[in-house]
Amino acid sequence: MARKQPKKGFDFSRDMIADSDKVPALLREFRSDAWNAYQDLPFPTLKDEAWRRTSLSGFDFNKIQLPNGKAVPENITGSILTESILAKKSIATLSPAGVEINQTAKLKKQGVIFSSLTEAAEKHPDLVKKVLGKIVSPRDGKFAAATAAFANHGIFIYVPKGIQVDETLFSIGFAPWEGTAHFFQFLVYLEEGSSLTYIHESFSPEKNSQPSLSGENVEIFVGKNANLKIAEIQSYGDQVWSFGHKKALVDRDGYLEWEIAALGSSLSKHFITVDLIGQGAEGRVSGMFFADQTQHLSYNTLQRHLAPRTTSDLLFKGALDGKSRSVWRGMIYVAPGAQYIDGYQANRNLLLNSNVRADSIPGLEILNNDVRCTHGSTVGKIDPEQLFYLLSRGIPRHEAEQLVIQGFFDDIFSRFPLQEVGEQIWNKIKNRFSLK
Amino acid sequence: MSELVINNLQVSVEDTEILKGVNLTIKSGEVHAVMGPNGTGKSTLAYALMGHPKYKITEGEATLDGKDLLDLDPNERSKLGLFLAFQYPVAVPGVSVANFLRTAINAHRKGQNPEDKGISIPDFRKKLKEKMALLDMDESFAGRYLNDGFSGGEKKRVEILQMATLEPKISILDETDSGLDIDALKIVAHGIKAVNKKDQGILVITHYQRILNYITPDFVHVMLNGRIVESGGPELALRLEEEGYEWLREKHAV
Repeated sequence: MARKQPKKGFDFSRDMIADSDKVPALLREFRSDAWNAYQDLPFPTLKDEAWRRTSLSGFDFNKIQLPNGKAVPENITGSILTESILAKKSIATLSPAGVEINQTAKLKKQGVIFSSLTEAAEKHPDLVKKVLGKIVSPRDGKFAAATAAFANHGIFIYVPKGIQVDETLFSIGFAPWEGTAHFFQFLVYLEEGSSLTYIHESFSPEKNSQPSLSGENVEIFVGKNANLKIAEIQSYGDQVWSFGHKKALVDRDGYLEWEIAALGSSLSKHFITVDLIGQGAEGRVSGMFFADQTQHLSYNTLQRHLAPRTTSDLLFKGALDGKSRSVWRGMIYVAPGAQYIDGYQANRNLLLNSNVRADSIPGLEILNNDVRCTHGSTVGKIDPEQLFYLLSRGIPRHEAEQLVIQGFFDDIFSRFPLQEVGEQIWNKIKNRFSLK
Repeated sequence: MSELVINNLQVSVEDTEILKGVNLTIKSGEVHAVMGPNGTGKSTLAYALMGHPKYKITEGEATLDGKDLLDLDPNERSKLGLFLAFQYPVAVPGVSVANFLRTAINAHRKGQNPEDKGISIPDFRKKLKEKMALLDMDESFAGRYLNDGFSGGEKKRVEILQMATLEPKISILDETDSGLDIDALKIVAHGIKAVNKKDQGILVITHYQRILNYITPDFVHVMLNGRIVESGGPELALRLEEEGYEWLREKHAV
């Protein structure tokens, strides 16, 4: 089968960048630099190592437009974050039309900044400067550059030193317009000794008539002895092509727990990196995806141990149905001089029929000797003995398979910060699976 | 009143004939024991009746209350009232005992009535608590992943818990006594008896007399080389305990 890369990339030009006088200087400069990076970087092809298994040939990038100036539709549906989960919570709603923030009085009182990137760049440029483009560089890739240059909107979260945010923050990103590209930036900065739980969902209506594109840059800084729990849910409709560059830095004795759930999209290509930059830093990443139809989901994960006594633990689980395909490429890197490292990565895939394929490629690069790094990777079907056991109890085949899938994901669901969120994710998967 | 009738059942596994014509009838309230050395086809009988895809029926029939079992999927056989307590129950990681049992109960209810909305959570909890008490099981069991990391004794207890919860008409217990210490065996046997009181028929497959000290069989059958060669009362089991199977081998030239 001949696989081609798109003949043309985006048909974007310099004058499409939002850099009028109304835009804070910091962002104008940033977007201008990002545009240069965007022009310098080639469009990824199958010859690039990181893109070797992900073909972009099925997408007409040159036909995609920016959504500038379009109005927000009135009825926004498709989110798994129900009203009962969101009631009385601080929520940021992101759409290509802008960012709407609803925050509790208590959050303001604690000195937490929970605002649009534009407002933050205007009021707190020195804080924004510490993160913007410093963790995910526009030069990290074509889509990172496109996102940095063309994202008119984003979220900035800042937790001051020693503040424990005892409510969960939420944001929902809405990317509905067909034939358009939606770029968003997410910046999260935790000062020393602070803590935060944050849940984000990117979603769109389930059915679209035309393809659309989403680009997300996520930049996270977990300060010394700070504690961040972040959960990201992607429940895009079946025509969305989703690209993401996501990276977290964890400083000395800091702790990061990162949950990632991918439920939708036509194609997803995400780069997820955790840099453990201070002694004693710890990062735990739990990912899950459920793919069906002709979905293609691809993740490149990287755990970098750049300081001694750092711990990383990554588990990605995927179930594949229909004619879907997944690619997971993991890497643990241990820098020279980083002693007493404990690193783990695992990818487990459950194949629900014979027409799916899961590529699972772990990797280790260790420039050191006093480390304990292990990896595990499995690709397998539902055990027929398991199925017979469940059937023998009167459970019909389809329901038995559903039970096995639920069990397969259970350890990931239980890691989500709120039980209801895990339940909602499962409901979404269950609905899709029972439609078969 | 229920009745499992097995008539001239012949079964092959991967083209090797294992059962060569088994005849057996089990009625409500009766306890039958099928005994015999390893490799004579006892477990094959259990798996074939439940419908494991590896076991091919080449001849004969099996009916439950007049309904043909052999053309049905395992889940349909279960809904008709057949139960198999596995010798080696498989683990289903991530699925709690409670979630599993509730799903199974609801599948049975839906089998009775397609409009059924499922057992309510309070009713289910009550039922589960009651049945677990019967088997001397701690309530925390309900939240554990099914057979995942369970000891041999725990697995067997969960099998009997399922039997007690699903209330089948006919239960086949495949080597339920194997690997149990005497205390666990007593608990399991006590549970089986409690279930049997409710007028269920039981087929105990074993090669030890031990479990029959606690569950007195009405009928004892000996299986050799894929056939039931001898049937009798409880005294037959005692004779086997004392004399072994050699006299039967000679008698039937096996």
